[in-house]
Amino acid sequence: MIPLSHYLILGAILFALSVVGIFLNRKNVVILLMAIELMLLAVNMNFIAFSHYLNDIAGQIFVFFILTVAAAEAAIGLAIIVVIFRNRGTINVEDLDALKG
Amino acid sequence: MTFEQIVFYFFATVLLFAAGMVITIRNPVKAALSLVLAFFTAAGLWILLEAEFLAITLVLVYVGAVMVLFLFVIMMLDINLLRLREGFGEYLPIGGIVAVLLAIEMAIILGPRHFGLQRIAAPAGHPASYSNTKELGRVLYIDYVYPFEIAGFILLVAIIAAIALALRRRKDTKYQDPRRQVRVQRSDRVRLVKMPAEKKL
Repeated sequence: MIPLSHYLILGAILFALSVVGIFLNRKNVVILLMAIELMLLAVNMNFIAFSHYLNDIAGQIFVFFILTVAAAEAAIGLAIIVVIFRNRGTINVEDLDALKG
Repeated sequence: MTFEQIVFYFFATVLLFAAGMVITIRNPVKAALSLVLAFFTAAGLWILLEAEFLAITLVLVYVGAVMVLFLFVIMMLDINLLRLREGFGEYLPIGGIVAVLLAIEMAIILGPRHFGLQRIAAPAGHPASYSNTKELGRVLYIDYVYPFEIAGFILLVAIIAAIALALRRRKDTKYQDPRRQVRVQRSDRVRLVKMPAEKKL
């Protein structure tokens, strides 16, 4: 049998990979969004593993809601990217300095 | 090694490989396709965890809808790849160190000492008549019905927000105005001109 720790460590490695993805691709907003989706996948993996091993279906319900919010976030994020590209002609994070932050 | 272990390790390897491709590959289209592979493999792992409904949902919603949306946007935008890759090597050492430390710390806590089979035994399998979808639906529509409706409302807000952000009226586009079409009079369009017939030569 596969212990629960294997699934948890798999989720941890996936999460760490997406963190390093945010470090590496900090110019490209589209890949940043993809790294966030990977992070949510890692979290969902933990929820489902716990739900299976503790025999409690509430974990799967929570994953359901996370999927909902993630889909909404992806749709709005991509819409914002399209608007930025239309107005500025680029999605490079370096060029998005209109707020002078 | 049992069949279950072989499946788990194979899927886990493919999942980590695909995740690595997503964050390192040069071309955003290829990164999106790697992400599709990652989601699909994760769905396989979820089936191993007996979460069949969510595994199919992941394939349908993510691979079918969200990733296609990503591909649409990537292909629609004209992205200058060279400029977007600047600073890739610069942040590799610090990013790698942070990621390795993060993974090691979590592995120490989540390792077999606290979450091994001795602490949390593998659950007994469900009988063949057990339906994951039925059970999920029963809990979702009885115990979690208000959160479910709020989730639906969030999706509605997201639809409206996405349309409101991306919709625009171009000034140079010609479009019909039904109000003016209906109110038009004969005198606005037709002008009768009276002129003498030409004489025969």
